[in-house]
Amino acid sequence: MIDELHSVGGLFGIVNVPSGVWIDEEGMIVRPPEPAWPGKSMWREIIKLPTELPPDLDPFIRKSLDQAAKIKSDPAKYLAALRDWAAKGSGSQYALTPEEVIGRSQGRSTENSEAAAHFEIGQFLQKAGHADDAVEHFKRAHELQPDNWTYKRQAWQYVSPMLQDARAVYGTGWADEIEKFGAENYYRASDL
Amino acid sequence: MILTSLEIDRAQFERATGWALKPQGACKGEICVPLMEQPEDIDATVLSERLGMALVRDEKHGVWALGSETIGRRALSTAEASDFTLPDWRGEEFTLGRKCFCSRGPVGEGVAGTCRSGRNCVKS
Repeated sequence: MIDELHSVGGLFGIVNVPSGVWIDEEGMIVRPPEPAWPGKSMWREIIKLPTELPPDLDPFIRKSLDQAAKIKSDPAKYLAALRDWAAKGSGSQYALTPEEVIGRSQGRSTENSEAAAHFEIGQFLQKAGHADDAVEHFKRAHELQPDNWTYKRQAWQYVSPMLQDARAVYGTGWADEIEKFGAENYYRASDL
Repeated sequence: MILTSLEIDRAQFERATGWALKPQGACKGEICVPLMEQPEDIDATVLSERLGMALVRDEKHGVWALGSETIGRRALSTAEASDFTLPDWRGEEFTLGRKCFCSRGPVGEGVAGTCRSGRNCVKS
């Protein structure tokens, strides 16, 4: 399924990828959005970062790789929990009550709501061919909800699809922002 | 949700936000918020105020956007998952909902009305 406008993110409060939401056969959410990996660490096992980087490597790429290597993930733990739920259903220790699901979902402030509206106008204008006008709305969304990486990365990719080096337009990019926030904070800490 | 006027297309609002507009108010899961207005008077300003949705205007392009609801102060107001419909890689609509999953193929029995014509409804 292709979610061009990130509508699912808005419905469930997803702010980064990869994220998972567990929904049972009755349509009840039993775990709110949380970091979810397919069983492997993208950086360590799939891309296989070299231990030595070329000395003449572009500084932004170097910083991106350095920061990416510091991101914490535990794919094995997540996958084990998911398998446990698939086997035991509501009897799984990882299946939460409705109250726990709501309580553990992302907090939502008036600033978050305003950020969502600006992000949506930004996307609308971008698709309508008004890229310069879209930037102002994207910037406002970033200011209002700085921990929403979806808002940032969607806007940056219009400037720099691969590296997310959007400094020319936004004065920042993926490597700069993750350094500022701390790679350890890139994903919400798992409570599995 | 993008708007070109403050009038609300009810079906679009429900699809985009997961809130259903019912006689008793705006409802999602077990929660219903009274709107205190006649149905014909419900517009974006009413929904913005009652559900705590930011209403942002872009003057130059003449559009508004309603942000996500803030009642409850959490991203999830209820543990009941909102239905949503998205295109798959072929451009075919796929619905993930409480009643069924809609995919390619003939319409399923019993719950056919849930899926559009030509779609198969597999009970969840």
